Amino acid sequence: MLEIDAISLTPASMRAGTPDLAKVRADFPILSTSREGKPLIYLDSAATSQKPRAVLDAMSTYYATYNANVHRGVYAISEQATAAYEAGRAAIARFINAPEPENVVFTRNTTEAINLVAYSWGRHSIKPGDAILTSALEHHSNLVPWQMLAEERGARLLHLPLDAQGRLDLTDLDGLLAQGVKLVAISQMSNVLGTINPVAEIARRAHAVGALVLVDGAQSVPHFPVDVQALDCDFLAFSAHKMVGPTGVGALYGRRSVLEAMPPFMAGGSMIKKVTLERSTYADVPQRFEAGTQAIAEVIGFGAAVQYLSELGMEWVRDREHALTAYLLETLSAIPGVTIYGPPVDERGGAVSFNVGDVHPHDVASLLDEDNIAVRAGHHCCQPLMGLLAVAATTRASVYFYNTTDEIDALARGLHRVRRVFGS
Amino acid sequence: MSSDLYQEEILDHYRHPHNHGTLENPDATFEDSNPLCGDIVAVDLRYDGERVSEVRFRGSGCAISQAAASMLTDMVVGQTRVDALAIPREAILEELGVPLSPARVKCALLGYKVMMAALYGVPDHNAK
Repeated sequence: MLEIDAISLTPASMRAGTPDLAKVRADFPILSTSREGKPLIYLDSAATSQKPRAVLDAMSTYYATYNANVHRGVYAISEQATAAYEAGRAAIARFINAPEPENVVFTRNTTEAINLVAYSWGRHSIKPGDAILTSALEHHSNLVPWQMLAEERGARLLHLPLDAQGRLDLTDLDGLLAQGVKLVAISQMSNVLGTINPVAEIARRAHAVGALVLVDGAQSVPHFPVDVQALDCDFLAFSAHKMVGPTGVGALYGRRSVLEAMPPFMAGGSMIKKVTLERSTYADVPQRFEAGTQAIAEVIGFGAAVQYLSELGMEWVRDREHALTAYLLETLSAIPGVTIYGPPVDERGGAVSFNVGDVHPHDVASLLDEDNIAVRAGHHCCQPLMGLLAVAATTRASVYFYNTTDEIDALARGLHRVRRVFGS
Repeated sequence: MSSDLYQEEILDHYRHPHNHGTLENPDATFEDSNPLCGDIVAVDLRYDGERVSEVRFRGSGCAISQAAASMLTDMVVGQTRVDALAIPREAILEELGVPLSPARVKCALLGYKVMMAALYGVPDHNAK
């Protein structure tokens, strides 16, 4: 079996300066639950991560002790709620090294952040004949909004192809960019293949032709350090719930000059400066994009989530996941009949898609569920990629820092059982 | 080793499906899929008077969807069209005889949905 990186998997009780894994796991109440005596083995963090007590407490403390609407009241708990809400924005800005908190717009999730750009920026900036460049491994949320925009504006949608290992093929990038591309929308990490894409390189070459760059960070921001100034992207979209935060809130980072030039996305309260019956002027960035009462508790929870991750250290998170991913790939490839999709471990994150012989992924996932092992089965909102892989669906196991090699061993035992039941 | 869900009878129908294949010039045909998981089932029917004389199904997907479709063909063949249409959805769940989660009930009922559409004579939207 694989030699595990001692630095990343040795509990901190034996080393100074790194988190103690047992204590980390104890922070997540759900990780100590079981069903019919079988402990929960959660290998679906690419769909949504589990939540530590600190995040749950931050939200329930808000509801229990200072619940009030933000940005309006002059009374004490409203000011306290406003301060906590804006502290969440500042914490998230620091987490991705945004220049200012005002670069961060709260949305419902990654999908809404991308749609915000498609509706607000796209419908005013994309002209007939322009092109938008995406790739063959995008999640539907970073594909369908651009299809709709292209159709509405008479623009063209271009796609970066993949190589045989599921990496973006950049050979023809400059040729594609030269076809009137105004926006490149690309994910930093594939939710199916785990491929980590060279978005800084893509951004550099896109900017050379004057195109803007939107990075779908739903799978990357939770798993390794992401620095928007180093990437030099114009937009970065990500969701709290995949990074130990609550559902119902996400963020759009935007370059200040780009956000300033964008009209509102949704209209209503909180996003205005002055309203008469005839017309209105709009609030400054980022309030311009936050119409109506926001998910206040969730933003506060989101702030607690990035604080939790920062205390662990995103370098530690990255290194630990790298070691777990290597162990997962090694373990899966030792099982006869298992096909693994995607690039080698050094070019990928911890979302690993595979198939077991010709057993349907739903049957694999159902059998694993009998052992209380949670994995994903299906097309993972990536039907074009499934077509390229020539499969209808895959099973996906995805790890986060709180997973263990013991859990991966349990997955392997479960997959051996799948082979016995199906005789494959 | 043994599984609550994947009982031997279900695995048997999955590995050796009954009435599997296609009919030449069927009297009715219908195909549908479950967009969530990509399971596909297609059914061909032939009538002898009022009676369903032959059924064939084909498809791809999980063991539950394919085994349920196979079991359903046994239940329909030889019935009058009216009697076949009266088969309740619960009957196929009972025939499977295992507890299904809500997500897997959709798999189990894909074949039922397709069979009922074929029996009603719904035009096959996949037909060229």
